[in-house]
Amino acid sequence: MSISKHVKLSLSALALSISFNSVAAEDPIKVGILHSLSGTMAISESTLKDTMLMLIEKQNEAGGVLGRQLEPVVVDPASNWPLFAEKARELLAKEKVDVIFGNWTSVSRKSVLPVIEELNGLLFYPVQYEGEESSENVFYTGAAPNQQAIPAVDYLMNDIGVERWVLAGTDYVYPRTTNKILETYLKDKGVAAADIMINYTPFGHSNWQAIVSDIKAFGSAGKKTAVVSTINGDANVPFYRELGNQGIEAADIPVVAFSVGEQELSGIDTGPLVGHLAAWNYFMSVESDANYDFIDAWAAYSDNEDAVTNDPMEAHYIGFNMYIEAVKKAGTADVDAVKDAIIGVSVPNLTGGYATMMPNHHITKPVLIGEIQDNGQFSVVWETPSTVAGDAWSDFLPGSKDLISDWRKPLFCGNFNVVSGTCGGQAKVAAE
Amino acid sequence: MGIFRLLSHLLLTVFVLYPGLVQAQVDDSEAQQLLTSLAESSFAEKKEVVNQIAGSGDERARGWLESFASNKLGRIESSGQFIIVLENRGRDWTVESALTGENLGEISRRDIDTVRVNNALRNELESILSVLDLKSPEEHNRLTAARALKGSVDGVLAERLPELMSDEKSDSVRAALTEALAIYQVEEQGDVAAVATLSGSLNSQARAALQQAMRSDDAALVAAATKAMASIEQKLKLNRAAETLYFGLSLGSVLMLAAIGLAITFGVMGVINMAHGELIMLGAYTTWGMQQLLPGQPGLALILSIPAGFLVAALAGIAIERTVIQHLKGRPLETLLATFGVSLILQQLVRTVISPLNRTVITPDWMSGSVMINEALSLTLNRLYVIGFALVVFAGLMLIMRKTRLGLEVRAVTQNRAMARSMGIKATKVDILTFALGSGVAGLAGVALSQITNVGPNLGQAYIIDSFMVVVFGGVGNLWGTLLAGMTLGTINQLLEPWAGAVLAKIMVLVFIILFIQKRPRGLFPQKGRAAEG
Repeated sequence: MSISKHVKLSLSALALSISFNSVAAEDPIKVGILHSLSGTMAISESTLKDTMLMLIEKQNEAGGVLGRQLEPVVVDPASNWPLFAEKARELLAKEKVDVIFGNWTSVSRKSVLPVIEELNGLLFYPVQYEGEESSENVFYTGAAPNQQAIPAVDYLMNDIGVERWVLAGTDYVYPRTTNKILETYLKDKGVAAADIMINYTPFGHSNWQAIVSDIKAFGSAGKKTAVVSTINGDANVPFYRELGNQGIEAADIPVVAFSVGEQELSGIDTGPLVGHLAAWNYFMSVESDANYDFIDAWAAYSDNEDAVTNDPMEAHYIGFNMYIEAVKKAGTADVDAVKDAIIGVSVPNLTGGYATMMPNHHITKPVLIGEIQDNGQFSVVWETPSTVAGDAWSDFLPGSKDLISDWRKPLFCGNFNVVSGTCGGQAKVAAE
Repeated sequence: MGIFRLLSHLLLTVFVLYPGLVQAQVDDSEAQQLLTSLAESSFAEKKEVVNQIAGSGDERARGWLESFASNKLGRIESSGQFIIVLENRGRDWTVESALTGENLGEISRRDIDTVRVNNALRNELESILSVLDLKSPEEHNRLTAARALKGSVDGVLAERLPELMSDEKSDSVRAALTEALAIYQVEEQGDVAAVATLSGSLNSQARAALQQAMRSDDAALVAAATKAMASIEQKLKLNRAAETLYFGLSLGSVLMLAAIGLAITFGVMGVINMAHGELIMLGAYTTWGMQQLLPGQPGLALILSIPAGFLVAALAGIAIERTVIQHLKGRPLETLLATFGVSLILQQLVRTVISPLNRTVITPDWMSGSVMINEALSLTLNRLYVIGFALVVFAGLMLIMRKTRLGLEVRAVTQNRAMARSMGIKATKVDILTFALGSGVAGLAGVALSQITNVGPNLGQAYIIDSFMVVVFGGVGNLWGTLLAGMTLGTINQLLEPWAGAVLAKIMVLVFIILFIQKRPRGLFPQKGRAAEG
């Protein structure tokens, strides 16, 4: 009777797997991933897609959430800003996803914002940005200017004694707004206008000779000079190469960058760049067990021993875990319930501390300043004593300093003017 | 701390100058203690410990300080043993014991705490190490050390410097030391006589010292410093002009290199090839591929990439010509659209097959850094090589067009296709060869560009507009025009850039070309003859 036993066994196994599948397939939580897989931004964004897939896979291995599996839905907005809006609509209206993780550039976020709000979706945005925004439907897990730019400038001013400033950036909304905030901040601190040089370059700029030589001349006026760089994307590689070739050493003119992470550095020989700085909320070199585990998991998932991790990846890690916690807390994946439940949720970050979702939909983060090492990693030289809560509306821009954001009831407002006491005291966006 | 630093510098100087007198050596427990306090103190306190270590006179001190400066001094978390990291890439690091020098093999990064260093400390270490280097038998080391001392000489060292200088055999080292001393004398002592030494110096520390002297109360000093400054300013201006010209030529040669392949296909054959940029990209990727095939020999790989890049791009060019362009002869709009499609296909192909991420192309040592003409003017080597390469490629093309059978046939077909065919020239074969030549040269441009820009799927897009601009400005179908147009546009761009910013400079160059084309629709060197009218 062994044959019939076999048949029985396999039949029951089949039945089991069918029933199991039907339970799982009955109601998975759909996670939309809106990152460019082609075009200019693919270099940065495709890694984030893989990060999300890894996190989802791990969560599913651990049994999903509320007994439901997670199902990733990947779309490719192809670095095309209007296409971001179309793809977001496709995710929400057609695929009916419960949550979206996505976007990199501010312009792409601005493009999907009306769609997300109209269709009442959830978006987790993982990149440092210029602030001046707070949406009911968006959670900002990257740094606001007060979590990156301002502390970095403080460090240069107080610890390094910098008196002369070059603000160099790529020509679009994030650098322009950040530099406007920094300019006001520096002038408030008593820096003369003649000691500030501002320079913008197009995306993908590759011929840095004249500009670097200009910075060198500006820095040889006898006062300690530093470059605050909001240069974005792969334009950084030829920029740093030119710095190295023209012999600008960190000891003479340090460059502190807000958009240069481990991934950008993996494209260059960092020998000549040792000592230049970056300000982030996470570095791959952070000595914490959570971080080492994450790196091991990432290397295994991407099947590459030397795979690097970076700050936006950590932001997705935090955002994803916060979402899971919020779903657990709410007991459902319903958008409105999750939106309410997530405020106040705390999850571990990768630097050995905790991140908490604030009522303004920004999170608390430690601010780290790292110096570039010859192995393409950063060594942390300074960090804030405790975590800093993200500020949606900068205190250093006119029109924005009176605004606060609080998405808890009864206030429930993204731009509440504390002077006039009204909601909707729309701030003039600084960068236009 | 000041006293401390003075003391340790004194010790150090004594040690450097009279090595026979000092036989200090610390035993291992003391060494362990010193390193522990280095590891555990704050950045401000570390400075003292560094001086302690330097002053200890231990022969291992130099190794500790050097590895500390390069962030390679560490401690094994569990045992507290100090180590020097030999290889710090990946997740397991190769290390050796800091005290005994014994190789400890690979240790997981989790177990290693690195001893943190920052810029200020690194600077301090550099000046300490350069004092040590002043006694090095290598002239090159002494010169580097003497140059590093400019602006960081202190009282103790200043007293010792004259003696060192009288022992010094090399003139250039002595000159550097004299200047370093003079900077100290002007800055700290207001020495009028030393101002004369700094007159004409292009060193930025010397300038800072003079500027400080100009603000002093001593009238004689102010007058001397002002005079010295004026001579420096004059020299600086000349150097700045030379530098701008160099920048212009280097950008110009890049533009020319990117455009000259197009000048052949577009100019000579009249084919608007929007995939030209992607042929450049293929050349750049060939360089990357070569370096993958020959790991550890980036220089050799780069040289081999020159023929390989040419071949790969030329073959791709032939494929494009055979499959797309030949069927669209005489239909420029369709050719434009079809080749644009080809360019998108090639880009996405690279993204899918290789990676959407940029690839690292290593710059060989002999191409990194710069040649120092003087302290205010240095020419970056990679750009210098690209200028040379561009000129060689240009000369080569001129030779082919003027002196070979192929060149003759190409010119004949360009001038009058029907007539050339009736003379027995196979126009189809000429078309293929011309297109292959133009594409191959684009591949060469890619090899050169891999050294100065990012190698990624978007590389080509960044250069296609510039290439058309140069060809149109230079006069369609004229190689000399392309050379001159590239150089002119490069120089104009670099002249405008510091003044107007990169974005505006680019716009101004485009406006200039639009206006120029209005006046001279056929560019700098219009083609003459009846064929050109058709």
